[in-house]
Amino acid sequence: MAASNQPARVVVIGGGLAGLASTMKLAELGATVDLISLTPVKRSHSVCAQGGINSCNDQTRQLGDAEWNHLDDTVYGGDFLNHQPPVKEMAMWAPKVIELMDRLGVPFNRTEEGFIDRRRFGGTLFKRTAFAGATTGQQLLYALDEQVRRCESEGSVRKFEFWDFLGPIQDETGRCRGAVAQNLTTMEIRAFPADAVVVATGGCGLIYGRSTMSVFCTGSAASRCFQAGAKYGNAEFIQVHPTAIPGADKLRLMSESARGEGGRVWVPRKAHDPREPKQIPDSERYYFLEERYPEYGNLVPRDIATREIFDICVNEGLSVESDRMCVYLDLTHIPRHELDRKLGGILEIYEKFQGVDPRDEPMKIFPAVHYSMGGLWADYVKSADGGLEAGAPRNHMTNIEGLYAMGECDYHYHGANRLGANSLLSCIFTGLFTGSSIVNYAASQTSGADDVPESLLASAVQAQQERHDHLLHGNKDSDENPYLIHQELGDLMTRVATVVRKNDQLSEAMGKIDELHERAMRVNLADTGAWTNQNVVFAKALQDMFPVAKALLKGALQRDECRGAHFKPDFIKPPLTSEDPTERRRQAEAWCDAFQANNEKYLKSTIATWNAETNQPDLTYEDVDTSLIPPRPRLYGLVGAEAIEEVWNERAAATAADDDTNRYADSH
Amino acid sequence: MTAPETSIKNRPQFINVRVLRQDEPGAKSYWELHKIKYEREMNVISVLQRIAAQATTVDGKKVTPVAWDCGCLEEVCGSCTMVINGRVRQSCSALVDRLLADNPDEIVLEPMTKFPVVRDLMVDRARLFRSLKRIQGWVPVDSYYNLGPGERIPREDQERNYPLSQCMSCGCCLDACPQYQKIELTQNEGESDEEFEQRQNAEFDEAFIGAAAISQAMLFNNHPTGKALAAERLEALSGPGGITTCGNAQNCVAVCPKEIPLTRSIARTGRATTLHAIKKWFER
Repeated sequence: MAASNQPARVVVIGGGLAGLASTMKLAELGATVDLISLTPVKRSHSVCAQGGINSCNDQTRQLGDAEWNHLDDTVYGGDFLNHQPPVKEMAMWAPKVIELMDRLGVPFNRTEEGFIDRRRFGGTLFKRTAFAGATTGQQLLYALDEQVRRCESEGSVRKFEFWDFLGPIQDETGRCRGAVAQNLTTMEIRAFPADAVVVATGGCGLIYGRSTMSVFCTGSAASRCFQAGAKYGNAEFIQVHPTAIPGADKLRLMSESARGEGGRVWVPRKAHDPREPKQIPDSERYYFLEERYPEYGNLVPRDIATREIFDICVNEGLSVESDRMCVYLDLTHIPRHELDRKLGGILEIYEKFQGVDPRDEPMKIFPAVHYSMGGLWADYVKSADGGLEAGAPRNHMTNIEGLYAMGECDYHYHGANRLGANSLLSCIFTGLFTGSSIVNYAASQTSGADDVPESLLASAVQAQQERHDHLLHGNKDSDENPYLIHQELGDLMTRVATVVRKNDQLSEAMGKIDELHERAMRVNLADTGAWTNQNVVFAKALQDMFPVAKALLKGALQRDECRGAHFKPDFIKPPLTSEDPTERRRQAEAWCDAFQANNEKYLKSTIATWNAETNQPDLTYEDVDTSLIPPRPRLYGLVGAEAIEEVWNERAAATAADDDTNRYADSH
Repeated sequence: MTAPETSIKNRPQFINVRVLRQDEPGAKSYWELHKIKYEREMNVISVLQRIAAQATTVDGKKVTPVAWDCGCLEEVCGSCTMVINGRVRQSCSALVDRLLADNPDEIVLEPMTKFPVVRDLMVDRARLFRSLKRIQGWVPVDSYYNLGPGERIPREDQERNYPLSQCMSCGCCLDACPQYQKIELTQNEGESDEEFEQRQNAEFDEAFIGAAAISQAMLFNNHPTGKALAAERLEALSGPGGITTCGNAQNCVAVCPKEIPLTRSIARTGRATTLHAIKKWFER
């Protein structure tokens, strides 16, 4: 048993920030860890994160900031779909996380005096973001990679790199007793018994074909848990990053830090103005974010920036180029040496891939799929102070006992829209925080990794072997090609489920995706070999994209509202139109009534469970814990915001007074 | 830098791609010619994606997709290193228009030369990661508990360390190095995976460590806590396969995609190991 004398044995799937943070913390707490990753962990997708990592800090505190404000910005930016206790705990930990990463040697940019430098990111008015050039994710990942290498040489961690997680092993009670994985070189399928399994496998951007994500981000690992019975939350919430460089194989991220350091987004006022951008005088440039959002300017939350860029190109027809949609992101007014010091990494990417120096010429950018706010449902235990109960075994456990989810593939932290520089934080925080929960869970079990019946392991391997063999030899007469189906899937998802969503398109797409799914199950592979067969590995990942894609489409179809990244123009809450004070007041009242009614219906987590009989997800809705900060209208830039805010504040004050009266009555 | 579009006048309809393939370790390698449709803004990754999808050579012969390694596709993960038109580099940042401007006839893809081929363009770079253990490439902190901030670090130290810390373990510097020789062992009959790994590591630890790890040692030796292991790192770099094996060809710095000042790190290591040796002599 794991309980008394044996150290806990944990299998961690995924070696990005969340998986590595989890691994090293578990090792520190005495567990032994088998770390399974598709790629050498140093190459995980976290390397692509650019801009930084947020925390309240000594400077911002003196301007009125506190952890509470970080929580508030995060849930307001997330349109209140975030679970507040975990977000609160994360905000409280944030300064400590950055201090730890600093001790681990992350080369954060420094002020002249040698303190960690900070910059401002979207969705906040404070400079909370610590950064290491424009490759912060890479630098944080390397620090954790180094520590895990250290654990490995001390013997507490074994790495299985170039291994593909195929599914959890569950006993007759449904409890997770380990994982099945496949060696991508020898194609050997093996069982890894464990006291607990951690899934930290990131996002699912490849469902969209091209996105800002790495090729590993197929979402297949999460999907395999989903298909094994794990619940999946908020699948429809996909962040489309406002600024990416279009490319044939990938849409490369252009970090929000470019705007954080003063980058300005604009288009020529005259459509497809043929002049070079530098020849266009200021008066003929439309700085549409600054004009439309005077307070936040270029640093509005990502969902808003994305929609505005989309709107400028699609509805206003003001794209810089006539045959391709893009807007300018301009840094040319900032001194070169400052750009090199703070943004060097991302400017080099632009220069290398576009052949243009962004220090001399404005960049051309367009939105791209970037992050999955949704993911595997996981539990948590709320503490008396409204955060999380440290060490509680249920923290981050999915509904499959013993199976944990963290990092981008969980669903709690970012609600309907993630704020920039919060993802690195949520990954490292969840990895560190859950260490004691997992160790405590393992210790509470009477039957552990060593007691898993051999027959259970063998049958789990057998099932995966059958799937593998069927893919190699089962569809000899079919001419379905996994790469081409993937392109079709990506085109479909990009068309109907990114920036703007419409019910007729979504319904139609659900029919098409059923057909694509069936075709994907019949792929005939060009490679049927038993050595480094990337063809069959990709085919499996492709098949497993469909359950998540279906949950995404169905979740989007059923959510008739606009919330964060999920935008349906047919259900938009209109701005106030009247100039007459009385009428305007009445409109504001009506607006707030509608807002409240909508929240009652839709301020819920979408929870998908996979139905293997129908090959479809079943959806239910769960309440969101908004006990710390009551939901309020998200009014960035809306016409009539002041009037709505006034009505809303009066109502909030009245509710608070009522609560006080009730409490007074209760106590007597 | 000029825009890639302007450097190529007549866009071809098709691109010829010659790939050096190998079915498994130890097998004989062979050339295969593929022809794919030209598209705007292609890189070698998208070329290989098209090849995988069509899985047919120029002669119409059905073949398996070419195996290769890739990850981020924006030159920060280090996965996709290969030899392209004779030069070791990342395939994601190898833009087709540029390659065609240099050689309009074909694009030639080969696996790295200093690492054992797993299959086609996939190689086994375990030795590269092993070298990071050899120099104890980490900061030996007490624990992962919250113990307050680290030491204050002057801006010039950060600016010296940050470039070194961008090393993505791609292996370009090793492939281009005349002193770095390929080590390819095969697992013996009856030898367990663990035993094989041990034997392999022993071999790696005697051979030239290469520029990447030398530079990492300098990175950690220049960190306030990292330098607690400075003597151990210098010791590792003083032994066989250490700094004295470097022949100063300077190929490493020429091919590094991140333009890391590798030769500067090597020079610093040379001085530091000399001082280390003198210190040791006095302490005898």
